[in-house]
Amino acid sequence: MEIIVCIKQILDPDLPPAKFMVDKERNKVIPPEGIPFVINPYDALAVEAALKIKDEKGGKITVITIGDKSTEDIVRKALAMGADEGLIISDTIFEESDSFAVGYILAQGIKKIGRYDLILCGRQAADWDNGVVGSVVAEYLGIPIVTRAKDVKVVNGRVNVERVTTDGFETFELELPALITVSSELGQARLPSGWGIIKAASKEIPIWSGKEIETDISKVGKKASRNQLMRLIIPSYERRCEFITGEDLHEISAKLTSKLMERRIHE
Amino acid sequence: MNNLRGILVVGETEGGKLNPITHELLGGARELVKIIEEEASLLLMGEELAPVAQEGISFGADKIFIVESPLYRDYNPDSYAHLICGVCKKANPRLCLMGHTDLGREAAPRVSARLGAGICMDCVELRVDSSKQSFVQTRPVFGGKAMAEITSLPGNIQIDTVRRKSMSPISPSVDRKGEIVDLTNEIDPPMIRAKLVNQRRQESEGIDLEKAKVIVAGGGGIGNREGFERIKELAQLLGGAVGTTRVPVDEGWVPHSLEIGQTGKIVSPDLYVAVGISGATQHVTGILGSKYIIAINKDPDANIFKVSNLGVAADYKEVLPRVIESLKTLIQ
Ligand SMILES: Cc1cc2nc3c(=O)[nH]c(=O)nc-3n(C[C@H](O)[C@H](O)[C@H](O)COP(=O)(O)OP(=O)(O)OC[C@H]3O[C@@H](n4cnc5c(N)ncnc54)[C@H](O)[C@@H]3O)c2cc1C
Repeated sequence: MEIIVCIKQILDPDLPPAKFMVDKERNKVIPPEGIPFVINPYDALAVEAALKIKDEKGGKITVITIGDKSTEDIVRKALAMGADEGLIISDTIFEESDSFAVGYILAQGIKKIGRYDLILCGRQAADWDNGVVGSVVAEYLGIPIVTRAKDVKVVNGRVNVERVTTDGFETFELELPALITVSSELGQARLPSGWGIIKAASKEIPIWSGKEIETDISKVGKKASRNQLMRLIIPSYERRCEFITGEDLHEISAKLTSKLMERRIHE
Repeated sequence: MNNLRGILVVGETEGGKLNPITHELLGGARELVKIIEEEASLLLMGEELAPVAQEGISFGADKIFIVESPLYRDYNPDSYAHLICGVCKKANPRLCLMGHTDLGREAAPRVSARLGAGICMDCVELRVDSSKQSFVQTRPVFGGKAMAEITSLPGNIQIDTVRRKSMSPISPSVDRKGEIVDLTNEIDPPMIRAKLVNQRRQESEGIDLEKAKVIVAGGGGIGNREGFERIKELAQLLGGAVGTTRVPVDEGWVPHSLEIGQTGKIVSPDLYVAVGISGATQHVTGILGSKYIIAINKDPDANIFKVSNLGVAADYKEVLPRVIESLKTLIQ
């Protein structure tokens, strides 16, 4: 089994709203100082899904990301979790690429890797929350895709995917190669082991340029973008909160009860 | 692509009726076509579509594209992407609208990739820009911490998925007229590579969250599965539904169909009671339509209080049993 996992470095999605700031002139997020970027949590789960398959069937896992040298941290994290190879695709021509361009770049990188049975991605990146890239990669490679998996199993050269829907579950069977995007319902991503961290630290991570993956420059960067970001603003949803106070919990509970009586549904 | 015209809504049906999201999209499309002075059309696929087509017209569609075939009775990622692509090529809309539903989340990116369309996912607002050449969509990003306003390219087809309850349906009228165009024989059969082998619904007790007037939601602070019995009890006494956040779903205390927020359901009850919920933006983004929010959290600085109307800063284990007992005696 040759498995490729696409990962992205993002601003920590658990960052408290008070620390989240935008540069209104340039429509960019200002990353707060001293808070490290993280691997997109859904991508960490995609790595986990790959590791589960490898635990059972063996195989090789390659993680791939787009970005500058700083993205090495998340690649090493995936290696420390148990991935075998890491790879960064980096070029200034990629700056301000939209989801379609990112999908194209990843597909070009994957074509250069050459061999793959299964490609895993997170269901969406928890920064721009689009959930588009996985589908674009699948379309460029001409392979089938199922999104939002909670369980991915390889059985007899096919992949069985249980995925979540709004009100339940669906199981699909796909021929390999296929692309699957992974949802939070998969569970928890394992923590890197001590030995994993040591091994990952010295692992060489190749960096491929746009030229090396044979990029058609008309397909990447800002000028290829099919949409334009006009404004990025921080909304306010604050309400004026009145706190229930009282001598003791009896009194507080009694006051809450009467508030609820006012607003409950009367049959 | 040139000669783009009008707005195409991808319809979703259940039990021979349009889903609420399709009513909403048609209402939104009507607002937009008023400005661009073009038509709103609706795509329907599946079986026995004639009555649904009439419903579509009464809810604002000028034209209905029908693809009537058992091939499209149930959602399949391959067949639906193929079909929507095919219909977009025939109809050439400026804008194609889908719900941000199971269907839209999966089909919209693939259809856009194939058509070279622009895409905005999970839009909460949509308008025509002053030149009337492109659309301006607003969507939450960074888990709801920010809102992005994004324009489409003039002369290029745009595909958007729209969040539930962001657009309003028109009041339906049987007097509205519309044309029905049967495209069944114009679409090649799909190639299906993702085969559905099993499907199951999560047992959901009681009231549908998205329609509920009262919701009692428990978060990570509930602590365990047994704690949710209190939440259920309170919900029952208030005549409401049970909701939750990501944490109890991950812990396996409650099924994922009860999750509210960015990746769960979007709710708009008259009363939302948040118990042991911190108020992370990814959750809050799903409850903004609530008329009145009461929060119970033992941390007086919890973010949930900032978005609530009434707060109780206390341990829910101390408060809820007392409240439940009193409500029981008051109601019975
Ligand atoms: C990409 C992404 C998407 C997400 N989508 C969603 C989504 O759609 N919906 C969603 O809900 N979450 C979502 N999340 C998760 C979200 O970020 C939060 O982690 C989650 O909402 C936290 O749930 P919580 O507030 O219930 O739990 P916690 O963060 O565990 O907070 C528990 C709260 O309970 C309080 N508490 C503890 N004990 C008690 C007690 N005895 N009595 C009273 N109060 C108590 C604590 O003070 C605390 O405020 C998403 C996250 C990411 C990264």
